[in-house]
Amino acid sequence: MKTIRLKEIEGNSVGYLGLLALLGAFVLAGLGSAYYMEHHGHWVTGMNNQIVWGLPHVFAVFLIVAASGALNIASISSVFDKKFYKPLAPLSAMLSLALLIGGLMILVLDLGHPDRLIVAMTYYNFKSIFAWNMILYNGFFLFTGVYLWFMLDRNMKGYTKYAGFAAFIWRLILTTGTGAIFGFIVARTGYNMAMLAPMFIIMSFAFGLAIYILVLMAAYKWTDRVLGDAVIVKLRKLLGVFVAAVLYFVVVYHLTNLYMTNHHDYEAFILLGTDGGENYSRMFWIGQIALGSLIPLALIFAPGASKCRMTLSAASILVILGGLAQMYTLIIGGQAFPLEIFPGMEVLETTFFDGVTAQYMPTLAETMLGLSGIAVALIIVALSVKVLNLLPETLDDTTVDPHHKADQA
Amino acid sequence: MKEITVNISRRHFFEKSATAVAGLSIAPGVFLTQVAQAKPAEQAVTADKRWGMLIDTGKCASGCTSCVDACHEENGVTSHGRPETDAQWIRKVKLRDKATNHVISLPMMCQHCETAPCVDVCPTGASFKRVDGIVLVDKHICIGCRYCMMACPYKARSFIHETITDQVEYAPRGKGTVESCTMCVQRVDVGGTPACVEACNKAEHGAMIFGDLKDPNSAISQELEKHGGKQIRADLKLNTGVRYQGI
Repeated sequence: MKTIRLKEIEGNSVGYLGLLALLGAFVLAGLGSAYYMEHHGHWVTGMNNQIVWGLPHVFAVFLIVAASGALNIASISSVFDKKFYKPLAPLSAMLSLALLIGGLMILVLDLGHPDRLIVAMTYYNFKSIFAWNMILYNGFFLFTGVYLWFMLDRNMKGYTKYAGFAAFIWRLILTTGTGAIFGFIVARTGYNMAMLAPMFIIMSFAFGLAIYILVLMAAYKWTDRVLGDAVIVKLRKLLGVFVAAVLYFVVVYHLTNLYMTNHHDYEAFILLGTDGGENYSRMFWIGQIALGSLIPLALIFAPGASKCRMTLSAASILVILGGLAQMYTLIIGGQAFPLEIFPGMEVLETTFFDGVTAQYMPTLAETMLGLSGIAVALIIVALSVKVLNLLPETLDDTTVDPHHKADQA
Repeated sequence: MKEITVNISRRHFFEKSATAVAGLSIAPGVFLTQVAQAKPAEQAVTADKRWGMLIDTGKCASGCTSCVDACHEENGVTSHGRPETDAQWIRKVKLRDKATNHVISLPMMCQHCETAPCVDVCPTGASFKRVDGIVLVDKHICIGCRYCMMACPYKARSFIHETITDQVEYAPRGKGTVESCTMCVQRVDVGGTPACVEACNKAEHGAMIFGDLKDPNSAISQELEKHGGKQIRADLKLNTGVRYQGI
C-alpha cells in the first residue's frame, strides 16, 4: 500500500465560500426561529400538550443517532483492524462529532428553558435515562475527540486502537441510551419496548453511513480529488447491508407489536392509518419503507451498478429521508396515538383531548430549527476539512487497496 | 425514587398561618382544635403521612365543573382560548363502559403516584415527590424538556406555552416549564383541603374525599376500607394517591 497523506483542502474557492454562506443562512434562520419560539412561547409552534415533542425532535434524534453511526467507518478501521478504512477514518470521527453538535443544538434550543442548560449539566437525576444521555453525549465528545486527536497526531498514533475501541464501546452505549429514551416509556403503546435500543443502533449504522457517503463524495468532487471505485463499491455494499438490517428490525418491531393483542390498535393506526393515523401510515409505507428502504436497496444492489455514483448518492439521500420519516412515524405517531388512560372505556366528553388522535402540523419555525441542526453539522465539517488534515490527498484504487493493482496487472 | 424533604419555612404565607396554629397548642403535639393539624412552618414534611384523594364517580355529577373552576381559580390557571396548548391541572371526563354501557363522570388530574414515571424520567430532578406523597415540579430547575409529559400515563401535565401574567403568590408558574396538580400544597401544608375537594363539597356532591392514607382513622382510609377504591391504570403498578370508586 502506498503511503496515504492526509491534507487539508484549500477552501478559498467561490463554491466553498458559497457553501458556507448557504449553510450559514440556514443556521441564522434556525437561530431566528428558536428566538421566535422562546420569545412567544411554544404556542406559536405546532407542538402542544398532546404532541409535546415535534419536528425539532425528529431532526435532533435523527442527527444524534446518525452521529454515532457516522463513527462506524473509523471503528471498522481501528477496532476491526481493516486497513482499507484507515484513510477514511478521520473524516468519520469528525463527522460524528459535528452531527452530534447539530442534533444537540436543536434539542437545547427547543427546550422551554434553553437558558438553563447549565442546570441540565449540574443537576442530575440518575434514575432518568435522559440524564444518563447527557453524560453519554459529553463522554462521546471526549472519547471521539481524543480518538480523532490520536489519529491525527503522529506522536499518539500508537494509541489510536485503544482510543478507537473506547469510542466504539461508548457510541454503542450512547445509541442504546437514545433508543431507551423511548423504550423506557411504559405509558405509550408505540414506545414501550426494549427492542428500540438495538434498533436505534442499527438505524445509526445506516443513517450515519448515508451521510458519510454523501459528505465524502461531495468533498472529493468539489476539491477535484480522486475517489476511486474501490471505496465506492465497499461503502455501497456496507450501506446495503445496514439498510437491510434496519428493515429487518422494523419488521420484527411490528411483528412483536402484532403478537401483543393490546397493541393491535396501535399497529392498525400506523400500518393501516385507522382512527386518524393516515398521515403516519403514509409516512411509514411511502417514506420509511418504500423511499427509505426498498428503493435504496434496489439502487444499491442493481445489477451492474456497483460503481455507479449517481445511484449511490440517490440511495444515500433516500436513506436519510427515510430515516427522518422513520423518526417522524415513531416520535410523532407514537404521541398522536391516543394514550389509553381508561382501558375498556369510551371517552364521551373531555376538555383535554382524551381518547382522540392528537393533531400536529409542524410550523416553518420548527422546520428551520431542524434544518439548522444539519447546517451546523455541515459547517463544522466544511471548516474542519479546511483547517485539519482529515482528507487523504487521493483515494484512488491503488492507494486504498494494495490488491487492486495486482488485479489490474 | 428520589424523595425530597421540603422545608417550607421560607414560605412567608405558611409561616404566618402556622404560627397562628402553633399558638393554639397547649403542649408539643397536642392541639386544641381540628384545624390545628397544621404543622409548624419550620417543621419539614413528614413521611408519616401520605396525602390522597378518593373520588366516588357515582356522586360526581355529569356537567358539573365546580372542581375544575375552583382549582384553576385557586392556582391562577387561566385559558388563552387555545385548548391544545392551554394548561389544565384538572379536567372532567365522561366515560362509557364499552361492555356495559354504564356512563360515569370523573375528575382527572395528577394521580400523585408513589412510583411516579414523571419523577423517574426527569433529567434534573425538577419533578419530585415529597415524602408525604405529593408530586410537584420545582420550577427553578425545570428545563422544559417535556420528557415527564411523554412519560405520564394520565396526561396530567401541561407545558406553559406562553408568558403568564397575574399569577397567584403561592402557585408560581412560568413560561417554558411543566406543571400539574399540586394537590394544593399551599392549603394542605396549613391543614387545609385542596380547592377541588372543597368546591365539590360546597356544590353538595361530596364526591371527593381528601386525607391521609396512612392514618387508619382518617375519613379517606375508613371509606377505602369499607368500600374500596381503584387506581386508574392499576396494571402499571404506580400505587396512585388518587383512587376512584365506580370505575
